[in-house]
Amino acid sequence: MHLFFQELLNGLVVGSLYALVALGLALVYGTMQIPNFAHGHLYMLGAYVAFFGVTVAHVGYWPAMLLAIVVLALVGVVLERLVFRPLRNAPEVNTIIAAVGVLFFLQTLAQVWFGGDYRVFPTPYDKVVHFAGLVATQQQLIVIAAAAVLMVALFWFLKRTLTGATIEAVAQNRAGAALVGIDPNRVSMMVFAISAGLAAAAATLIASISLISPSMGFTVILKAFAIIVLGGMGSVPGAIIGAYILAFAESFGGTYISSNYQDAIAFGVLVLILTFKPTGLFAKGT
Amino acid sequence: MLLQVRNVTKRFGGLTAVDDVSFDVPAGHIKAIIGPNGAGKSTLFHLISGYHPATRGTLTFEGAEITHLPMHEIARRGIARTFQTTSLFSHQTVLDNATMGYRMHAATNVFDALLRTPRARREETESREAAYEALRFAGIAPLANRIAGSIPQEAQKRLAIAIAVAAKPKLVLLDEPVAGVTSEETVEHAELIRHMANEGYTICLVEHKMTLVMGLADSIVVLHHGKKIAEGTPAEISADPAVIEAYLGAATHA
Amino acid sequence: MRRVLWIIAAAVAVAIPFLVPKTFYLQIVAGAYITAIAVYGLNVILGYTGLLNLGHAAFFGIGAYAVALLETKAGWPFWPALLAGCAASVVLGAMVGSVSLRTRGNYFAIFTAAVGVMIAIVFTNWQELTGGNIGIVNIPPPPSIGPLAFDGDVPKYYLVLGALALTILICRLVRHSLVGRTFVAIADNEDLARAAGIDVARVRLTAFMLSTFLAGLAGGMFAMYNGNLGPDQTGLDITFEQLLYLVIGGIGTIAGPLVGTLVLVGISHELQGMQQYRFLIFGPLLVLLVRFFPLGIAGGFSRLTARWAAR
Ligand SMILES: Nc1ncnc2c1ncn2[C@@H]1O[C@H](COP(=O)(O)OP(=O)(O)OP(=O)(O)O)[C@@H](O)[C@H]1O
Ligand SMILES: [Mg+2]
Repeated sequence: MHLFFQELLNGLVVGSLYALVALGLALVYGTMQIPNFAHGHLYMLGAYVAFFGVTVAHVGYWPAMLLAIVVLALVGVVLERLVFRPLRNAPEVNTIIAAVGVLFFLQTLAQVWFGGDYRVFPTPYDKVVHFAGLVATQQQLIVIAAAAVLMVALFWFLKRTLTGATIEAVAQNRAGAALVGIDPNRVSMMVFAISAGLAAAAATLIASISLISPSMGFTVILKAFAIIVLGGMGSVPGAIIGAYILAFAESFGGTYISSNYQDAIAFGVLVLILTFKPTGLFAKGT
Repeated sequence: MLLQVRNVTKRFGGLTAVDDVSFDVPAGHIKAIIGPNGAGKSTLFHLISGYHPATRGTLTFEGAEITHLPMHEIARRGIARTFQTTSLFSHQTVLDNATMGYRMHAATNVFDALLRTPRARREETESREAAYEALRFAGIAPLANRIAGSIPQEAQKRLAIAIAVAAKPKLVLLDEPVAGVTSEETVEHAELIRHMANEGYTICLVEHKMTLVMGLADSIVVLHHGKKIAEGTPAEISADPAVIEAYLGAATHA
Repeated sequence: MRRVLWIIAAAVAVAIPFLVPKTFYLQIVAGAYITAIAVYGLNVILGYTGLLNLGHAAFFGIGAYAVALLETKAGWPFWPALLAGCAASVVLGAMVGSVSLRTRGNYFAIFTAAVGVMIAIVFTNWQELTGGNIGIVNIPPPPSIGPLAFDGDVPKYYLVLGALALTILICRLVRHSLVGRTFVAIADNEDLARAAGIDVARVRLTAFMLSTFLAGLAGGMFAMYNGNLGPDQTGLDITFEQLLYLVIGGIGTIAGPLVGTLVLVGISHELQGMQQYRFLIFGPLLVLLVRFFPLGIAGGFSRLTARWAAR
């Protein structure tokens, strides 16, 4: 029973990370139908920017996170403007190819900058907390809490602010939104900024629990895709729910079934869903 | 009876695009389907060709039910069609376009292609001949080696017909074959369609240009809001008050 | 014009063992040929039918592991093992294809990426069979056929070259046949193909199987040539790299996969010491190519020659 709750806690931590990453991917897919295969590498870059902030610039943990978010938001804007927007009307495959170009670039950039080794990310919150017989590090609790705060903030932004409403409008109907005076290109840039910023926040939060490396984007991106397929491609609440479901499945599956194949659970879920529902769960239209 | 349409209905969510429509197409006939914009004409073609599944009703072709067959299977039974917005293999040559029309009659598979079997060679020649014949029929054989997307609009319309003809079908569904074509060229297209009928093809024709319809059709079905509101010879239809009302009503709404 | 180029290329390829000074270079060229075979496979599915199979490297892995395991564990000679490797890749291709091809566009790419990574995870984790991260070593060279022995760098080079020539021949024959023209027609206009009575699902599956056959062949040659094998050859990043070669060489063309692979592998080795930086150039290059020059080198070249011919 004790193990069970410990796994629940682990699932919650990993789920928070997945949620933040998948959220950005879902937001971009929902508004622009772009499957951003470089999203995992934005997350990776975010981790390195924060790493730089803490270990080189010595600005401290939270300012480093802010730095990572801002830098990645800018990177997101640049990507939208230079890479994805010109391909709006190109075949879907071209968008994926361009994203592959971007991720190669980002991975090499990180490699050149910090080398290809795994790195440890120092955290000021490494004390161990005991409660009700469970063990957690402060950092784990921070991940859970910070992710919750970010998600609530995002929901508030999307549902309660005028700018957020423009995102929903573009997601619903791009041409229609343009007709009522919303600039869809501006919204696209904003969505990319938010998406990359969230990935950076996730990376900073989790990087001090697991190691960082230039290739860390690869596993994450596929899991994030599994999550948004599970949550109904492009749905923000779906992505969050999907993230926690997957994290718990991995955490319990890893403990009770096989830790070697823990990573395969996500892909198994994805394959199963698309096998039985080739258009994805909760697909729009007929 | 070549084609029997019985109580066919198509709903898109709350919208009933085709509503309980029935009619027959006898072999050798030119049947026109007319109606105001959004009447459900194209959707009806989509149902007959299997592009959309019918919500209700049955379609019978040469005495066999085809309602639930996949699109390619219906085509193999002998129903060819063109699309309202001219639809071609636009990056391929004109000849290859027509060849694809004939493709289902050739059984060549990967192994035939790799081993250059007698079948592959024979069917290669057959397809080529069938394709050229269809191009000549449509009057665009000289364009055979051009890329389909680069030939003039009117020639593209002819190519769409050539692809259908290359399939050697029994029934051809033409969805607005002369939309966007000049009036002189319309006359030539009318001749082409007449020529098809003379060659023994049965034709269903959706068209807004009434002179063309009245000149060609043996009989006409009128759709309005998805429902069949009239059926008869061109003379009967042009005198039908319900039809006039539908068109005038549509005109005042537009 | 083009035929002359092919003949020159073939002559150079045959002469290379006598031209290059060190076996090191011979190995690089042979390695590029093997990759090119896999890239030809990717070209069949992406270039002809327009579907991006992101699990392509996993099928390369199936062929490679099948050959390696049959040789080292079951004691099979190379030739039957190679046939079995290709067959395994095609059978798995048929299975994966019949499910994944029901999805479209982005979903197809995501689906196949997931399948590919799952297969790679199996290669890494089924330690008893695959040797895990260490992989399989000491894969024996092909047995001699009469006086022909295959256990040196030069004979192995010719074997790989032969497989590449076979691959190019296959692609050429298929592409210009009715079958290949149907592949591209479907990519061009699926609805019209259906309306013309073409069973689109079946044709796509055929293309998928042909594509995985070539991936398996490449994998088998890889296991044979290197004599060892690990799971790092089967991941998503390898598929991405093959995609890069294909796009730069020219999607959908006959020469593209070879040209792209040779040029990029060549440049990478020219930039010695810069190896790890190459993607700082190639990444943005990929982005620029899909935007401004989607036909790649080979496509651009045919345009040029067509223009010359027209003058
Ligand atoms: N795939 C679809 N999903 C939802 N509604 C559709 C779909 N296709 C057609 N409709 C609707 O069905 C109705 C009939 O459309 P259809 O295209 O059949 O009309 P039509 O008679 O061919 O008109 P036109 O003369 O303009 O070509 C229209 O209201 C149209 O908006
Ligand atoms: Mg219409």
